[in-house]
Amino acid sequence: MEPLSWGGIIVRIFLQFTPIWISLIVLFGMSIRFKRRLGLYGKLFDSTVGMIGFALVMFWVFTGIYAAFDLIILNDPLSQVSGMKYKLPGTPLPDGSGYYLLGGDTLARDVFSRMVAGSWIVVKIAPLATVFAFMVGITLGLPAGYYGGKFDTVLSFISNLVLAFPVILLFYLLVTPEIVETGIPAYMAAVLFIFPIIFLTVLLNSRFYTQPAKRNLYVGVTLLVSVTLYLSLISEPGTVISFVPRWIDLFDIPGNLLVVFVSVVFVNSPTVFRIVRGLVLDIRTRDYVAAAQTRGEGAWYIMLWEILPNARGPLIVDFCLRIGYTTILLGTLGFFGLGLESESPDWGTTINAGRKLLSVYPHRALPPALALMTLVLGLNLLADGLREESLRD
Amino acid sequence: MGLFILRRVGMMILTALCLTFVVFFLTNLYPNLEKLAKSQGNQRMSDEAVQSWLGNRGYLQSTPVKYGEWLGVLPGFTHTNDDGKTTGRCIDARKPVDTPPRFCGVVQGDWGYSTVFKEDVSTIIARRLGKTGKLMFWVMVLMVPSALILGVLAGMREGSKLDRTLSTVSITTTATPEYVSGVILISIFASSAFGLKWFKGTATSAMDNATFENFFLPVLTIALYGIGYIARMTRASMAEVMTSQYIRTARLKGVSFPNIVIKHALRNALIAPFTVIMLQFPWLLNGVVIVETLFNYKGFGWTLVQAAGNNDIELLLASSVVAVFVVLVTQLISDVGYVFLNPRIRIA
Repeated sequence: MEPLSWGGIIVRIFLQFTPIWISLIVLFGMSIRFKRRLGLYGKLFDSTVGMIGFALVMFWVFTGIYAAFDLIILNDPLSQVSGMKYKLPGTPLPDGSGYYLLGGDTLARDVFSRMVAGSWIVVKIAPLATVFAFMVGITLGLPAGYYGGKFDTVLSFISNLVLAFPVILLFYLLVTPEIVETGIPAYMAAVLFIFPIIFLTVLLNSRFYTQPAKRNLYVGVTLLVSVTLYLSLISEPGTVISFVPRWIDLFDIPGNLLVVFVSVVFVNSPTVFRIVRGLVLDIRTRDYVAAAQTRGEGAWYIMLWEILPNARGPLIVDFCLRIGYTTILLGTLGFFGLGLESESPDWGTTINAGRKLLSVYPHRALPPALALMTLVLGLNLLADGLREESLRD
Repeated sequence: MGLFILRRVGMMILTALCLTFVVFFLTNLYPNLEKLAKSQGNQRMSDEAVQSWLGNRGYLQSTPVKYGEWLGVLPGFTHTNDDGKTTGRCIDARKPVDTPPRFCGVVQGDWGYSTVFKEDVSTIIARRLGKTGKLMFWVMVLMVPSALILGVLAGMREGSKLDRTLSTVSITTTATPEYVSGVILISIFASSAFGLKWFKGTATSAMDNATFENFFLPVLTIALYGIGYIARMTRASMAEVMTSQYIRTARLKGVSFPNIVIKHALRNALIAPFTVIMLQFPWLLNGVVIVETLFNYKGFGWTLVQAAGNNDIELLLASSVVAVFVVLVTQLISDVGYVFLNPRIRIA
């Protein structure tokens, strides 16, 4: 077969993404049709910037999800085809079964398929890590801002400590195999992952405190589910924490992934803590908080059901920005070859692999770089749109 | 004001102590020490050999003691061989003196010895910081004026086409981390694929002899990420100033628009960006590490990566002291500077 021209490559890539174009059109059609009933999400479709951002983000979210089901991927992202090393975009496979649309990399793997497969890793880790960071930041930031005092001083000092650390040094210190061997990241995971449980339990308990029957049911179910998940998450056969019997251990997270996850959560949570604390300091002087205090509501009820919902605007905006920042951090980890194994198709690792001989064969590093850039840009634009729309009312 | 600075400096020292202790603790964990012993001695050392290698060099003392020795508040470790020869932390095998000092730590100005570069840490850090200083200087020269101009132009007429365009540009640059923009810039301007071989893809030659050709890309890569953020802050501050009463008064009495922007608005609009620029330094540090690795420019960031990758304990500690120092000093300067620039704020 003849190598494809640039026009041919673009047409084929466009066609390859067909399921995503369809999904995007359906999503946008439905959302715009019903936007008046969808609250803040619906208002997003009033701002052009927000819509562009949302489209970019959803493009990669759909790509990631479909890639997890092997839909968009053309060739196996890990298998090497002899003779395809460093081949330029549009080169046909030797057996004539298809093309490497964006060329081959150092190990003769398909750059296009690796980029698409990498989107699943990012879409999987970044939002989840951000959610965890928010849980940690909120659970600690609410009481710090509400009570103040020693508790606040100590926590603020610790968060400033973490923030004063150069991120890359922290990654190097946490993610190297020698440190992983000592189990420090596993212990950190055990501590950090407890916060969602505390958050959910306190959230429900404070709400249904006056109806013990309901409270017991809700809190019980939540505790059962979250503790099981927690135990299966942190326990890992062969590492320091493996005291949990096998029958509880529902799933195992590959050790590397857990370490990456933990370090990203750890780096992000102090910033969330500071934001939440600042918001609480502002909101706790409002009249409705004073009203709740006069009514005799508990401190945690006030924090979680009076203050937190009123801080949601800035928090949602920051959540979008922070997913973008987490994506950048994941890329940074990959760029320094830390964490995920070297053949992993995630964008940072691919960029790292592609930067050798970059000025001769730039086609290996450019696709993941542009992918990462468009995703983060989308998240930034989305945050901008949300900020504009939430300021409007 | 004096008390405030004093308190902040005290806080700074406390923070630096805590952080270096954390680094010290993590680098002195046994697996790390084992790796160090094997890379310094030989790879096939038995466990006993590793133990004695570490023991002879004082690595097996408890962490607080070692930390005290590094700081210079505890007497340095000494060890006497079977044949009566004494070695120790404070005894320099290359420059023997009759009575070696009892204390040798940071307090005494001895930063230790790099196991990877086989050189004194202080000379390495000083030399590498000089290289990075050169890089940072040009980054500042490029970044600050262009960010301020972008921000002022965008903020002077909020909501106009110019504002929309410039805001999109600044969002795009903040959304592009250094390793992405670096890759894109090298691909476009330094690779044979696009045929524009305007610049060089590495900056190794720029360490001694920086020219526009070999130094512009790394400088641009670091600057781009900061430009967007500073420009957005400047824009917000400018837009706020432009809606204030005294600007309206100036317009009503017929001052021309360029005059309003330059003579009336600019001064007040530039207070907020000053803080942002100072607080941007820690970010730049990150960028420096990435860009120096990408462009193979052997400055401070490159040294940090080498030290961290090879568990070069004393070099890593010195690097983190420098990094933490930069972060905390810039925070202090931004706070103090803000008070000077904005007389409405008073610190008791």
